[in-house]
Amino acid sequence: MANRRLAPVSEQPESFAFTPENAEWAKGQIAKYPEGRQASAVIPLLWKAQEQNGGWLPQKAIEAVADQLGMPHIRVLEVATFYTMFALEPVGRYWIQVCGTAPCDVCGARELKQYLHDRLGPSGHVSPDGNFSWLEVECLGACCNAPMAQINHDYFEDLTPESLGKLMDDLAAGRPVKTGSQIGRVSSEPKDAVTTLQDETLFDGSRVGAWRKRFEEQGLKEQGADATGEKARTEASAAENPKAARPDAGRATETKAAAAPAQNAADGKPADTKDAPAPTAKS
Amino acid sequence: MLADQDRIFTNLYGLHSPGLEAAKKRGAWDGTQFLLQQGRDWIIEEMKKSGLRGRGGAGFPTGLKWSFMPKKSDGRPHYLVVNADESEPGTCKDREIMRHDPHLLIEGCMLACFAMGAHACYIYIRGEYVAEKHALQRAVDEAYAARLVGESNVHDYPFDIYVHHGAGAYICGEETALIESLEGKKGMPRLKPPFPANMGLYGCPTTVNNVESIAVAGTILRRGGAWFAGLGRPGNTGTKLFCISGHVNKPCNVEEELGITFRELIDKHCGGMRGGWDNLLCSIPGGSSVPLVPAAEIIDAPMDFDTLKNLKSGLGTAAVMVFDKSTDMVATIARIAYFYKHESCGQCTPCREGTGWMWRVMLRMAEGRAQKREIDMLLDVTKQIEGHTICALGDAAAWPIQGLIRHFRPEIEKRIDRYSANPHPTPVPMAAE
Repeated sequence: MANRRLAPVSEQPESFAFTPENAEWAKGQIAKYPEGRQASAVIPLLWKAQEQNGGWLPQKAIEAVADQLGMPHIRVLEVATFYTMFALEPVGRYWIQVCGTAPCDVCGARELKQYLHDRLGPSGHVSPDGNFSWLEVECLGACCNAPMAQINHDYFEDLTPESLGKLMDDLAAGRPVKTGSQIGRVSSEPKDAVTTLQDETLFDGSRVGAWRKRFEEQGLKEQGADATGEKARTEASAAENPKAARPDAGRATETKAAAAPAQNAADGKPADTKDAPAPTAKS
Repeated sequence: MLADQDRIFTNLYGLHSPGLEAAKKRGAWDGTQFLLQQGRDWIIEEMKKSGLRGRGGAGFPTGLKWSFMPKKSDGRPHYLVVNADESEPGTCKDREIMRHDPHLLIEGCMLACFAMGAHACYIYIRGEYVAEKHALQRAVDEAYAARLVGESNVHDYPFDIYVHHGAGAYICGEETALIESLEGKKGMPRLKPPFPANMGLYGCPTTVNNVESIAVAGTILRRGGAWFAGLGRPGNTGTKLFCISGHVNKPCNVEEELGITFRELIDKHCGGMRGGWDNLLCSIPGGSSVPLVPAAEIIDAPMDFDTLKNLKSGLGTAAVMVFDKSTDMVATIARIAYFYKHESCGQCTPCREGTGWMWRVMLRMAEGRAQKREIDMLLDVTKQIEGHTICALGDAAAWPIQGLIRHFRPEIEKRIDRYSANPHPTPVPMAAE
């Protein structure tokens, strides 16, 4: 577990409120979840609050999100301290998160960390000009492009201390930078040696629909027999699947299961084989 | 080598457009309605026939998992949750699917939802993947605009799909922790039973599947379970995305048949081993959670679930980390131990306390500043953590260390000897039992 605390009171802003634009965005996020399940939007909302607040999450924002979602403050504080992407203390304008887990570690992440340490000092401190702060984080999931770092929202891959240094210079000077691989790879392909996926027919649409032949051959032969077989199978398996447990069994804090966004559709139209059209040879 | 025609992820490297039009030309959304018309049981039967084993690490048969969902709704809605919280060290395959072939995933979600009587699907993507989240959202918007999905769509099956993002917790890749997180709580795994198929998201029947398992569904159904089962080896069928990282000449993601040998995988796709095959020290073949396999055992081993299990390791997510002889394996495993210490959710005592304990001992062993009898003590502690926690993170933290001790014990002892051969001002510490 990571030990995470809120920033000292002296650094906390006095209040926090979403900008009208972000408040509108937040409503859209809450609408993704069934009624009464607005707590599901807590991570996206905290994330937006962090973005609005210059990359870190103050206490007031945590409380504001809690109030908006009707959650106790402590529940949202739990979430904010549990997930490591919420920065609880101020960060630099460019927040450099270097991946230090095994695949990056053996491919040069140690040199990157050394470089950042030499240039910016120990991790977790904002540089005097306010431009940078850095942190070693766990696997960022770009292992074929190791070593890599995430700066604010963007991934920068295939790094060396030199290319990282140049990136930082460019960012500090406000020059445009190229995200992704810094050695000219498009994504995670073998550099300059793509030997797979060269067949043009994969991409020009000429293979679309080729699979239907199988159904046409089979369908004509088995159509009659298959329809009864399918029905028998459905009935047999329905008997083996007893009714599911009560939704709130064993979970006292849960309220009753809410409707899914597509609930009305589900009620009217169970997706059962018997109701589905019989197999045909053509769509 | 797998033929290009048999590859499912034809835009793996993003050399073509991820947009809907281009995806359709590559075969996505081709005859989806026809597949739906074949019926729910047909889809599940085909998936079972294909022998597809879940691509998220555990290798549980996907078709079987789908069949666990209640046949008829008891009034509660059903959900599909797609696990895109890819954070197993070494794994970077789902990222490529989401940013380059998102329509295969969305179509797969629709087919899977239909097969399980679900009308809503949440894709839980890890928070760090900001660009990927936007790419996926763009594809979802495209699918809505083209009425491929939505309340009323061209497929006549009401279906909503939502992209949800997390905020950087490895543990949320565990299915019940993911559900907790999706409900707006800390990502702490739940006790099972009840299993998610009975009581998952919001207390409703839920199936959680890996991105890759879902994204291959459309192609499997089109070309037939028999086609997929014809690739690979018995019990380990089909194609798989391999993520090869570490000391190879050209690290890359590549789709290959299960059962390809380690040597062929590296030679054909990664430009060979850095410094030649004699330079191979060992490999971790399935993400950091599986034990390492030394060079002699791995070099000609077929890469599939069962073979690697027999080598006392596992295929996991097929994240193949390759280490050459310059690697300090003890320090690398110590780094992996730190990862688990950092990512333990803190719910179960053996894991919360044990991961930190193991990391501290591993750090000293990497220096040699340890007692030899601590090696057995460490092994014993890993056995006490393994299997004594709610979720598999405890096991995942224990296995890499067990693998190290199994194969590199002489190396650890050598280090301890070297350290103790020189005078040091402070006494060598000993871990408290």
